[in-house]
Amino acid sequence: MSSLRRRKPINESSDSKHNEEEEDEDHDDVDADGDDDVNGKNKKTPSKIKKKRGEKPPKQPKWSCMDTCCWFIGCICIIWWLLLFLYNAMPASFPQYVTEAITGPLPDPPGVKLKKEGLEAKHPVVFVPGIVTGGLELWEGRECAEGLFRKRLWGGTFGEVYKRPLCWVEHMSLDNETGLDPCGIRVRPVSGLVAADYFAPGYFVWAVLIANLARIGYEDKTMYMAAYDWRLSFQNTEVRDQTLSRIKSNIELLVATNGGRKVVVIPHSMGVLYFLHFMKWVEAPAPMGGGGGPDWCSKHIKAVVNIGGPFLGVPKAIAGLFSAEAKDIAVARALAPGFLDNDIFQFQTLQHVMRMSRTWDSTMSMIPRGGNTIWGGLDWSPEEGNSCAKKREKKNETQIADQAGSENAVCKAKSANYGRIISFGKDVAEAPSSDIERIDFRGAIKGHSAANTTCRDVWTEYHDMGFAGIKAVAEYKTYTADSLVDLLHFVAPKMMARGTAHFSYGVADNLDDPQYKHYKYWSNPLETRLPNAPDMEIYSLYGVGLPTERAYVYKLSPHAECSIPFKIDTSADDEDTCLRDGVYSVDGDETVPVLSAGFMCAKGWRGKTRFNPSGIRTYIREYNHLPPANLLEGRGTLSGAHVDIMGNFALIEDVIRIAAGASGEELGGDQVYSKIFNWSEKINLRLDEEIPVHSSR
Amino acid sequence: MASVLRFRKLCYVESAVKCTSVGYESFEIDEKLDEKEEDVLSANNFALEINKKRKLPKRQPKEWRCLDSCCWIIGYLCTTWWLLLFCYHCLPVTLLRVPELPGPGVRLKREGLTALHPVVLVPGIVTGGLELWEGRPCADGLFRKRLWGGGSFTQIFKRPLCLLEHLSLHYETGLDPQGIRVRAVPGLVGADYFAPGYFVWAVLIENLAKIGYEGKNLHMAAYDWRLSFQNTEIRDHALTRLKSKIELMYISNGYKKVVAVPHSMGVIYFLHFLKWVETPPPMGGGGGPGWCAKHIKAVMNIGPAFLGVPKAVSNLFSAEGKDVSYIRAMAPGVFDSEILGLQTFERVMRMARTWDSIVSLLPKGGEVIWGNMDRSPEEGHVCDFSKKSHSKTSLTTNNVNNSDVKRGFLVKDLANYGRIISFGKPASVLHSSKLPTADSKEFSRTSTSENFNNFSCGEAWTEYDEMSRQSIQNVAADKAYTTTTLLDLLRFVAPKLMRRAEAHFSHGIAENLDDPKYNHYKYWSNPLETKLSDAPDMEIYCMYGVGIPTERSYVYKLSPNSRCKSIPYQIDNSVHGEDGSCLKGGVYFADGDESVPVLSAGFMCAKGWRGRTRFNPSGIATYIREYRHKPPTSLMEGRGIESGSHVDIMGNFALIEDIMRVAAGATGDEIGGDQIHSEIIKMSERINLGL
Repeated sequence: MSSLRRRKPINESSDSKHNEEEEDEDHDDVDADGDDDVNGKNKKTPSKIKKKRGEKPPKQPKWSCMDTCCWFIGCICIIWWLLLFLYNAMPASFPQYVTEAITGPLPDPPGVKLKKEGLEAKHPVVFVPGIVTGGLELWEGRECAEGLFRKRLWGGTFGEVYKRPLCWVEHMSLDNETGLDPCGIRVRPVSGLVAADYFAPGYFVWAVLIANLARIGYEDKTMYMAAYDWRLSFQNTEVRDQTLSRIKSNIELLVATNGGRKVVVIPHSMGVLYFLHFMKWVEAPAPMGGGGGPDWCSKHIKAVVNIGGPFLGVPKAIAGLFSAEAKDIAVARALAPGFLDNDIFQFQTLQHVMRMSRTWDSTMSMIPRGGNTIWGGLDWSPEEGNSCAKKREKKNETQIADQAGSENAVCKAKSANYGRIISFGKDVAEAPSSDIERIDFRGAIKGHSAANTTCRDVWTEYHDMGFAGIKAVAEYKTYTADSLVDLLHFVAPKMMARGTAHFSYGVADNLDDPQYKHYKYWSNPLETRLPNAPDMEIYSLYGVGLPTERAYVYKLSPHAECSIPFKIDTSADDEDTCLRDGVYSVDGDETVPVLSAGFMCAKGWRGKTRFNPSGIRTYIREYNHLPPANLLEGRGTLSGAHVDIMGNFALIEDVIRIAAGASGEELGGDQVYSKIFNWSEKINLRLDEEIPVHSSR
Repeated sequence: MASVLRFRKLCYVESAVKCTSVGYESFEIDEKLDEKEEDVLSANNFALEINKKRKLPKRQPKEWRCLDSCCWIIGYLCTTWWLLLFCYHCLPVTLLRVPELPGPGVRLKREGLTALHPVVLVPGIVTGGLELWEGRPCADGLFRKRLWGGGSFTQIFKRPLCLLEHLSLHYETGLDPQGIRVRAVPGLVGADYFAPGYFVWAVLIENLAKIGYEGKNLHMAAYDWRLSFQNTEIRDHALTRLKSKIELMYISNGYKKVVAVPHSMGVIYFLHFLKWVETPPPMGGGGGPGWCAKHIKAVMNIGPAFLGVPKAVSNLFSAEGKDVSYIRAMAPGVFDSEILGLQTFERVMRMARTWDSIVSLLPKGGEVIWGNMDRSPEEGHVCDFSKKSHSKTSLTTNNVNNSDVKRGFLVKDLANYGRIISFGKPASVLHSSKLPTADSKEFSRTSTSENFNNFSCGEAWTEYDEMSRQSIQNVAADKAYTTTTLLDLLRFVAPKLMRRAEAHFSHGIAENLDDPKYNHYKYWSNPLETKLSDAPDMEIYCMYGVGIPTERSYVYKLSPNSRCKSIPYQIDNSVHGEDGSCLKGGVYFADGDESVPVLSAGFMCAKGWRGRTRFNPSGIATYIREYRHKPPTSLMEGRGIESGSHVDIMGNFALIEDIMRVAAGATGDEIGGDQIHSEIIKMSERINLGL
């Protein structure tokens, strides 16, 4: 690419004296191309050269452009090699030294600080990684994946995604019918701490926490990463890999080899649900469960420290399943319209992604649970009256200028109808419920679709729906948490048939009903009881202060052929109701809304309730998000974002203290910044054991 | 920025002027001054041009300078390098890959084999990776990075002393030093590759995966190979973890017994484990007497060092092996001179002597097994180096200054393998009656007051520094040592090391296995002092390479330099035998796999455990599978698919096939029973051991 461009300046530079400016631009082009060639690894070189070019000597004629180019390339290469060399020769402590020189001495990482306080490793620690963050490696593949044996397909550098994207998608997908391996492909989770310490080079997940725990004496024999294949439904990890049995055996081993000290479990994100499932599984009798007996949890677990737990699901999962997009993609589409939608190089990226992610059962575990009781109906939602001006101020510093006027205004005039998780059109999202005409989609006949034959290679279930079905979906106008599940059943019947065999999204009326012995209820906190372990503690640690996706405004996609027929309406903006780019946002950690992360610990399990019959103590620890003060801090030591919170020093300190033996009270009990208690109050969920006279709304 | 530019400009001008005056002296020497000035000016411009990529007239070829050429060359080099690298990364993967030979996995899959028994891999010494969990300030930034194995060893070059410090253990306890925690890398990555491209278990794993093995039925029992076996349990609970893993795999794979595949030192580690797991709790794992019978189908030992390896002797004695002494012969002085004050060997020795595990590899069974002064089981073994392709160093410098003397009483230049260490060639060939008797009781440490070395050299590094000159010479005067006297020798030169290690290992032969003292864990890793567990259905395989000369005994000499902190002994690499003799470079060779002699690898399976013996009361079936070494035929083959050498054998297709068949359910008889190329049966017969 760069060689093509290099020739361009020849004509111009014959009289280069006159168009100095233009040539300069050409240099920039070459510059940028050189940069592209190395996949943007070398960011420093161009800026340096640009600076040098700032002062120009009087020009000498007849210096041909080829020479310039050659010089230029030579210089870039040399500088690059020099930098590379310096980087490799640099002592490891150099970056830290620079940081300290600029910002003054850094605070001790919590591990060092607590070691000075005299804390020592006490309880063994079990990590349960969340969705997406765990590494997956190839054990058996098709021909196109030759040479990748035991190499990471997910996590690590993702180099293969660029080299052979279709092959990669094929191997990452599961069987559409069974939700297990396709024939001839075996992709398995990486085991050990390496499975999820870094997601990509330099992008830590658990690494910081591990490093700090190691400071007070933790090592391999007292730490265990319960890696599992996060694409599978929870019970299938046991069916295929015996993962739950392995976790059970490993926890028993940890307890036995550490003098009978119970383990502290630290699940993150979807790992929270996975571990909830595990706790039920392990005490259930053998054919379906692990046969650990009714007191297994109280014998082996000291505390469950949930980090950013989506107990009640996340609205993001809906957008992901419905149209394979989220806020980020929608914004990208708004910035560069047509880029993702065009059939550039026949890529059809989003369709491929959707097809792949719809084979992953685990995404369905994140669909909002509890229906309208929890997430609100057409006209009400627990978060009603939430103002979002404050948050925006923190998040988007660049936009403060434009929004200076609106910032002071507290938006109480009209409040977002968060209950309507998906609405078609902004007006529908805002109109009072009585004004919306809805035509029920459930009985609609799906028309025959010609697309099925033409776009076979990017088949998604949308192609079975036909135009009539798509229209019916849009006619229903707005969906609440209850009707969402029906919607998904309608648009993706096969996926949901698979999913509902493993997950359930309701609220139990009577927990003694024998149907709740089935494993599909185990990961839903509203349909299971916590184990009988009065000494156990459950923590919910999560970040707050970031706008988090809560509800979406959709529109029909303009081209209907082989593409996804719905997409987020990025043009929908409303200053007052937290609507931006078609997404209503509330307080949360950027992925999980506060409601989902905090409700169970704030109300559902607080004290002796029917979901928590033995009265396991619960604690809420919120961490207010503060963006990193400067670039050197990386992803911040005070961050509250969903994954970055794993590097939050305050959170790490809490975790270490718990692992070293502290109880919830010793930590300081609840630490709440958000309105989670207010919102929980508004949720009308029966918590005592009686059979209800009439169902809640 | 401006000041930097100015500074650079000056530099360029200066060098340009120098170039002019040197390179073009004849041409420009009597030019006018202002022309020179102009010259400088243009050089000045040129310097700026380098920084700014501006144009400079190029029409005058005479202004072409040496500086320009240099710049051009550097530029070219970097650009080409870069381009090549770029191309390398851009090329489709299929184009670059070396056409791989289809491994046995593919063929056996076609035959219909599928994963049946779970497989446990037990790595040997040195091949397992170690990572840092806590260290001194010098090891900053290495947290959870590999110090040993796996990745590249770049850190060794960057900070060698720091690394040596971290890899050493505590000299008294044999455990971690204060403030340092180095732990084994867990999982399959722990020992699949030793260094990038240098496979250990990777080929086997890949082939097993072809027939359906994966994380749930394939386990790498990584352990810290520096520790004594019982200490891995005390510090890391490694044995408990292994037990729990095997039990889990047994249950979660439908109650299928486990096939264990230990390699090298892993063999005796696993032997230790088998005893440990059935012993009651305070000392053992409390699995009960039926544990092995219940959980283990077969133990497939690869390159087993059952009875120890002579290499360990030279390593402990003088921190060198065959390879090192070759290098020393080729480039004398490199190691010995005090370049940069490095004293590589002394440091390495100091580190290696803190590792208890090396002591586990000392020859076991004493003179009964390894031979005494005048006889050895391998007697009459004929070495023919000329046929062996891999020993390329010629035998031209045959040192024959002693040969006339010995011709008088030696009909044939037979090696006395029993003398594991001899001082000087005569001592290695003379009949025992003509040698001064090596009486261990003569060893007596001269009192510390005589030990002036200690004061002049400051901190004692190795225990040699605590020995006086006199006692060092006394050791050499004793001329020849057999395996039994060797242990006394080591106890003499390194008393602390042996005291520490002998609490964990024993090297004798049991008279009466029912003696309650044999319940102690220090006997568990010695096959001659333990009974195999009661598991009649179990199978034990000894799989090893043959056909490679393997170190068997050594000719030593006193080290010439007697400076402080040096090792007083070294292998006498000037000693060579005649053609057909097994002596070369101070080392006597016997048949084996380059590390383990056949005797050590095969004896237990060939005789010690064959049938019902006192070491094998339940009559566990044993099989010997030997693989004759064939060097790789072409470069494409890498380290060879028919190699028999100690580590490369893990890529031997025949061996892999055997393992896979057993893992898929075959018995020893089904894969063909014994397969013997060496004289192991004959050798075993010569060993007079009560069974």
